[in-house]
Amino acid sequence: MKHDETAGMAHPLEDLVRMDRIPHIWCPGCGIGSVFTSCLTAVKQTNIPYNQFTMVSGIGCSGRGAGYINIDSFHTTHGRAIPFASGIKMARPDLNVIVFSGDGDLFAIGGNHFIHAARRNMDLTVICVNNLTYGMTGGQVAATTPFKARSSTTALGNPDTPFNLPLLAYASGATYVARWTMLHARDLADCIQEAILRRGFSFIEVLSPCPINYGRRNREKTLETLKKYHDNTIVKNGASPTELEVDFNKGVILGKFIDIEKPTCDEVYRRMYRPPEETTENRKSR
Amino acid sequence: MKYWRVPLDSGEIQITRGRVHIIEDRCKGCGYCIEYCPREVLEFSKKFNAKGYHPPQVKNEDCLNCHYCELLCPEFAIYSEAAFGQ
Ligand SMILES: Cc1ncc(C[n+]2csc(CCOP(=O)(O)OP(=O)(O)O)c2C)c(N)n1
Ligand code: SF4
Ligand code: SF4
Ligand code: SF4
Repeated sequence: MKHDETAGMAHPLEDLVRMDRIPHIWCPGCGIGSVFTSCLTAVKQTNIPYNQFTMVSGIGCSGRGAGYINIDSFHTTHGRAIPFASGIKMARPDLNVIVFSGDGDLFAIGGNHFIHAARRNMDLTVICVNNLTYGMTGGQVAATTPFKARSSTTALGNPDTPFNLPLLAYASGATYVARWTMLHARDLADCIQEAILRRGFSFIEVLSPCPINYGRRNREKTLETLKKYHDNTIVKNGASPTELEVDFNKGVILGKFIDIEKPTCDEVYRRMYRPPEETTENRKSR
Repeated sequence: MKYWRVPLDSGEIQITRGRVHIIEDRCKGCGYCIEYCPREVLEFSKKFNAKGYHPPQVKNEDCLNCHYCELLCPEFAIYSEAAFGQ
């Protein structure tokens, strides 16, 4: 066997990863693994025992996340990560529920679930890997594909306007809204940690390269995408959600935009529909 | 390190030192860690790993143990730890 300097040593996240499934399916140069690493780092940073977490994903390359984390997790049907996660939250409000999925899964087929969970302030941490396309199925146009960008279904360029996801989340009622790129790995990990530790519907958009099915068609190598993330982004905490469209020519705004306190869905529901039963104890104290 | 002026407390400040570990056979050769290490500690090696990629290799002793390569690597293939005794 060749000499291995690292023999007997382990990567610090190995306890949180199903190592028997590594290598994962993500292509070389794909950013999903970086977003996932920041997410696992955030889970670790909270110091909350792992059995008080669960992760839910939908379908897509990003949706594989739930299958690689070494805690109880659910790989659900396409677009339905949020309804599964909401069910878990209502049944087990003590759990920290993380949704890890793609832009297609959360905002195309799953768009309705997203807006209603945000409206109800469901206590979830929703991490959206936004690679501007449907990576898994071959790079079709998505609700996030920039105007004029090429995809397998818009060979001459996308004629439509994409969603501004933070604005959509805010308008729907999300109480925490942030955006980073996978290159801002430290800010992203700290942001996910903060979102896990707070109560309410938290939405974090993470821009991430899909070099195989988006980059290739738009003449962008993976390190060129990262260079854009570095050079053409501006960190502006508290920016108005209306100015957050993704246009790298103008500069893409990153940061934490919204952080408001509001009672969560499970709290209000329990207060109104499941008041504590009367016992001799609390009757006496009345 | 070069300073435009020497900080007054430069004699007292302890600079963290790190050692970076590469789990070569996990690497898919994306180059993220090489491109974005703030101290330019890494470079592509000439060798091939089991998957046929060129994993990074360490080219100097400048690692600061900032863990950035560890956070950025999509493959759990690189991490740093504190090094003592320099
Ligand atoms: C009901 C249903 N419709 C369509 C599909 C095909 N499909 C699989 S993944 C996907 C889109 C994935 O895009 P996204 O969520 O952005 O994830 P990515 O692969 O880009 O990470 C689609 C349309 C499916 N699996 N199920
Ligand atoms: S197809 Fe795109 S999103 Fe899917 S793993 Fe490959 S690079 Fe990543
Ligand atoms: S820990 Fe920081 S300084 Fe050391 S190799 Fe990694 S990125 Fe470079
Ligand atoms: S970031 Fe990871 S996968 Fe990419 S070159 Fe470095 S060690 Fe290899």
